[in-house]
Amino acid sequence: MIYREAGEYKTSYDADSRTFPIKFDRMGYYTAMAVAFLVVPFIINDYWASAVAVPFLIYVIAALGLNILTGFAGQVSLGTGGFMAVGAYACYKLMTGFPEVSIFFHVLIAGGVTAIVGVLFGLPSLRIKGFYLAVATLAAQFFLVWLFNKVPWFYNHSASGQINAPERTVFGIAVTGPNTDAWAKYLFCLIFVVVLAWIARNLTRGSVGRKWMAIRDMDIAAEIIGVNPLMAKLTAFAVSSFFVGVAGALFFSVYLGAVEVGEAFGIQKSFLVLFMIIIGGLGSIFGAFAGAAFMVLLPVLLKNILVGGLGWPTDLAAHLEFMIVGGLIVAFLIVEPHGLAQLWRLAKEKLRLWPFPH
Amino acid sequence: MKKNLMTLAIGATMLAGPALADLTFSSLSYRTGPYAANGIPFADGYADYFTLLNERDGGIGGEKINLVECETGYNTEKGVECYESTKGTGALVYQPLSTGITYQLIPKATADGIPVHSMGYGRTSAKNGEVFRNIFNYPANYWDGASIAVTHLADLNGGDLSGKKIALVYHNSAYGKEPIRTLEELSKKHGYELSLLPVDHPGQEQKSQWLQIRRDKPDYVLMWGWGVMNQVAIQEAVNIRFPMENFIGIWWSGSENDVLPAGEGAHGYKSLTFHNLGQDYPLYDDMKKYVVDAGKAAGAGDQVGTVLYNRGMYAAMLAAEAAKTAQGIHGTMTLTPAQMRDGMEALEMTEAKMEALGLPNFGPTFNVSCENHGGNGFGAVAQWDANAGQWGLITDYFQSDQDVIMPLVAEDSSAFAAENNITAGCN
Repeated sequence: MIYREAGEYKTSYDADSRTFPIKFDRMGYYTAMAVAFLVVPFIINDYWASAVAVPFLIYVIAALGLNILTGFAGQVSLGTGGFMAVGAYACYKLMTGFPEVSIFFHVLIAGGVTAIVGVLFGLPSLRIKGFYLAVATLAAQFFLVWLFNKVPWFYNHSASGQINAPERTVFGIAVTGPNTDAWAKYLFCLIFVVVLAWIARNLTRGSVGRKWMAIRDMDIAAEIIGVNPLMAKLTAFAVSSFFVGVAGALFFSVYLGAVEVGEAFGIQKSFLVLFMIIIGGLGSIFGAFAGAAFMVLLPVLLKNILVGGLGWPTDLAAHLEFMIVGGLIVAFLIVEPHGLAQLWRLAKEKLRLWPFPH
Repeated sequence: MKKNLMTLAIGATMLAGPALADLTFSSLSYRTGPYAANGIPFADGYADYFTLLNERDGGIGGEKINLVECETGYNTEKGVECYESTKGTGALVYQPLSTGITYQLIPKATADGIPVHSMGYGRTSAKNGEVFRNIFNYPANYWDGASIAVTHLADLNGGDLSGKKIALVYHNSAYGKEPIRTLEELSKKHGYELSLLPVDHPGQEQKSQWLQIRRDKPDYVLMWGWGVMNQVAIQEAVNIRFPMENFIGIWWSGSENDVLPAGEGAHGYKSLTFHNLGQDYPLYDDMKKYVVDAGKAAGAGDQVGTVLYNRGMYAAMLAAEAAKTAQGIHGTMTLTPAQMRDGMEALEMTEAKMEALGLPNFGPTFNVSCENHGGNGFGAVAQWDANAGQWGLITDYFQSDQDVIMPLVAEDSSAFAAENNITAGCN
């Protein structure tokens, strides 16, 4: 009844091409932003920040990054964990090397460093495609993890090979280290998510994104109509790696605080982020949010219900969790191969016609 | 979708409201994943000891014990979730049984004022309590373990290790890397040649490492392994016919689960320990009567008396004794984490105390103080008898080389203090 275009008259091109053309969507978006920025910071506690909100937001950034590369530009990558490690270690070196600079810039520069590394590993994509590219990026994953384990300079020669985030501040408020308030962690990550999601959305619907999608859909045809595959592929790798690097930097500095490269950024991280975008929906910004929510929040939710609510043994709950999450993934992919984003799209279509579908 | 999940999750956390009245202990256990074989017996022993205290004595000092278990899967991200979710229940002490999670918790728990007891693992320099006020690692740590192993090898060679080759097979993580520094220092002192062979998580693939051992023919192999890595390493050692009596594991690489898969071949494999083995103790009679036969044993109840079960029980026993000490100091039966910390810092383990508990001569005697959070570093060497199917001690308890270890502890802890702007001191 309320969810429809009827009565909305667009009088300019700007109004016509906005992200949320329907007023109801726009209101929902503004409300979500208002709640995220004005309500949540005041009620969030340590548990909600460290176990739910911060990992969710960080994985959203990583999923956005991988979605740009895989979903929009069609280049399959299994190197996400390795690129997150680059972001984390770059951030660590910057944090310890230039302690007086705001952590905000460290995270951005760490993203930049990862973009450069990503472009390097993206070069083979000009010659190889599909599964072969996946294998090439897999090599990046293993090489980078090996590198950060092998060369002591990256972890400042610490005896354990771990990197630990010292306390760093933004405008005098600690955002890393043990004395960080829950709201500060949350807001710091939220700002990155909002800005990066906004950038991703606008990149992907502009000329750059159209080139990526042209390459994804058929690279020869794209080349014939004038898309430069070198530029398109390398920009996709650069932007994607920048996002992933920022996610890695936040993952290390804000979320965990102490990281071991093999454990935190192993191959399973690459798969996790890949699952997020497949379940969320390839080539969709909303899909990155939905996929990250599904993979991060569902296990925590199941754990709280099974162990906390029903009082089941922890091992039984952990095994059930694997089965339920795995089963849901399979079920989703059978019912809706295009992911949660497509479900959402269909729901909206139905809502527009409701209650008179014919 | 997202909102629905959020609402459900809020509901679920509300349901999981804690009971704040009792003495709450947390068990960050792992009964799933590649480390479960070792995580289960430890978690069972830890839980059963507290169950015994509840059933037999009505808790500690009349206060019932509430044990909150949380599954980490040896994964640091889940460890964070577990820490944050159990923190709210007023958990008195954390024993995560994972060096990675311990590293994570050191700054967090210090900021929250909750003690962490990493018994025989974690950050070795936490021994220096003047820097690590909330972190305890008594009765022994990795560097003690490294030194005890080297001392044992020196004893076998009449005190002279010069020209010998020792290989370290280690889990390529903070855990496995811990002993390297000490082994390097010790090699300067004893003159052996050290080679390092990292094994990546989870450690199922070790062909190349053991091929290298076969080629280099080291005289001795030390192992810092955990979980499935132990079983694979011992099997590989059997496969290349490495003499088992020259293969020594740290105390985390010496349980029944690790040697049984290799069968007869594992006969003679050695490992270190800082507590006694077997179930020939009066406490086990009570354990059988009040816990096992009453059907209240944790898990499947089939781990009673194994090495890691004993270790979990020992960890719980030390925590319970520290809680008693804290109750004595503060004159109150209900404890806060800060009071628990004081109890741990004043803990004295004497022979008489262990005898009274029904565990005579079970572990070393030690006194914890502000300066020394790590005990005295006593350990012994145990050997696996595949025919009898049990571990037996082959040496007495002896102390690690404190001349080498204490300067390393001082150096590492002062580096940590400088990094984190901590002023060392006991106030």
